[in-house]
Amino acid sequence: MHWFHRFKLDSFLYPLLGIGLCLLLWYGVAGKSTVTQTKDDWGDTVTITKRHGLSADLPTPAETWEASRSYVLEPFAKRGELDQGILRFTWLSLVLVAQGYALALLLGVPVGFCLGLSKTFAKMFDPIFQVLRPVSPLAWLPLGMVLFLSAKVEMPGGTAYTASELAAIFTIAICSMWPTVLNTAVGVRAIPQDYLNVAKVLKLSRTKTLFKVLLPATLPYMFTGFRLSLGIAWLVIVAAEMLTGRPGVGGFLWQQYNALSYAHIILCILTIGIVGFILDRMMSLVEARFKTA
Amino acid sequence: MSFLELNNVHKGFGPANARTEVLRDIELRIEEGEFVAIVGYSGAGKTTLISLVAGLIRPDMGKVKLKGVEITEPGPDRGVVFQNYSLLPWLTVFENIQLAVDQVFPKWSEEQKRAHIDKYIATVNLTPAREKKPSELSGGMRQRVSVARALATEPQILLLDEPLGALDALTRATLQDEIVRIWEQDKRTVVMITNDVDEGIMMADRIVPLSAGPNATLGPSVAVNIPRPRDRKAINHDPEYKEVRRQVIGYLLGEGGKQRTAVSRKLILPDLLPEDLSEPRTLYGTKRKPRRRSETKREQVEVEA
Repeated sequence: MHWFHRFKLDSFLYPLLGIGLCLLLWYGVAGKSTVTQTKDDWGDTVTITKRHGLSADLPTPAETWEASRSYVLEPFAKRGELDQGILRFTWLSLVLVAQGYALALLLGVPVGFCLGLSKTFAKMFDPIFQVLRPVSPLAWLPLGMVLFLSAKVEMPGGTAYTASELAAIFTIAICSMWPTVLNTAVGVRAIPQDYLNVAKVLKLSRTKTLFKVLLPATLPYMFTGFRLSLGIAWLVIVAAEMLTGRPGVGGFLWQQYNALSYAHIILCILTIGIVGFILDRMMSLVEARFKTA
Repeated sequence: MSFLELNNVHKGFGPANARTEVLRDIELRIEEGEFVAIVGYSGAGKTTLISLVAGLIRPDMGKVKLKGVEITEPGPDRGVVFQNYSLLPWLTVFENIQLAVDQVFPKWSEEQKRAHIDKYIATVNLTPAREKKPSELSGGMRQRVSVARALATEPQILLLDEPLGALDALTRATLQDEIVRIWEQDKRTVVMITNDVDEGIMMADRIVPLSAGPNATLGPSVAVNIPRPRDRKAINHDPEYKEVRRQVIGYLLGEGGKQRTAVSRKLILPDLLPEDLSEPRTLYGTKRKPRRRSETKREQVEVEA
């Protein structure tokens, strides 16, 4: 087994083995079709496809691939509003997530700082945050729809946001900001007294203390919050797109469910999972850079 | 009027019902240009004492005065070297000092500031480590940065809070010599806190022992009249050295070493008031309870341990 460890094959082969086992399990559960050809009373050939198995309507891995082929092999094709290549859908979703996430960070960091710095602020708002935090995106979205019902925001660039877009962005922002808020607050509270003493002895002004001492000292905690927030923002996208019917991975998933094309649902699930994984990896790389501080 | 004066300073911590008096009746006078070492037990309140001078905390009673002006808040005229270096880990050596210099000399040109910072980095022999982060430096080097940062603000008085406490014995000796060398360049007033009597004798003009806490107070100060530069190897046989050491240790182990345990007891005095009959009875029983004129009284008892 010497060569096995030498080429680090274990870190490569074992995951493959795991994936293989899961595919096998999937295949076992999935329905298989048997095709029988009979002649009817008029002598025409009739093909009858029968599904059977543990979950008769669940497509097998091979069928899933066959059905998703065009979406994966032409990832940027646009055939219709809700019939686009999978990466094109992903891109649309990512753009929406980025807007909501940016809003979450812009709101979350200052709120987190207030929460960490002021005991009064914490006493006032912490209970409210704790109550709002576990509310599901499915619950926020209708409220967002109501809030922005008649709103139409024209951006200077010429892009306009519709009510459903605003509602989606609002939902993503309000669901994903809590980890940033709470981690920033924890980070601010965890600043060693020594650093604050340095600021006091040097008589740094309030703004200077904030930017030269508080902010850099909190940065590692903040990035942990950012990473968790990004995970949630991506989680919310499906719910947001499902309910608003926007084109995107989630919207596509919902449409395909209504069209009873189950293979595409699996394609969407896998895409969401892989994209989420990549986003998390990227954020933890950024996070690791700030951990050393 | 002395340069630095502490008059009848008291300081305690904790809420009123469980208060620990840390320092009591601190009287200290330090002249300009003097190097004073305050030697005492760990936990006696040495850091509290230096924080009082730095202005990070205010005394409960008494006054701390620098050049006759009462100290009410921290300020860069008192350079503090903290026990645990207190360098900002995301800044390089240069930037750590720059933060202080920018603050104290805002009107200087960039050139002037850079030359000033580089001068102090050179003073503590850290020029090669100029662009390094504190995490890349050894304990001794970090402490030197901390000293350089304090010096670069050109304070009127330098406060060293166990500056060498976290270092190994050899690094300690080198840094002791280095601090004395830097001090001799411009004879700034220095107050150093230490728990090492020998360190005090090696470096200071005068040693003030601090008795064991709680309720610590300063003992009689002992002048160190050993000529400088003091030779680390020969000093052990110096009769003056032996005498100073005997006096300081004598105080610390004798009179100053006695643990004065202050016990706060609640004394409940029998001063019951007559029951208030106008108070109605309720469903849950009566609200009438014995009331006392003064629920509690306190008494401070000093016990010799």
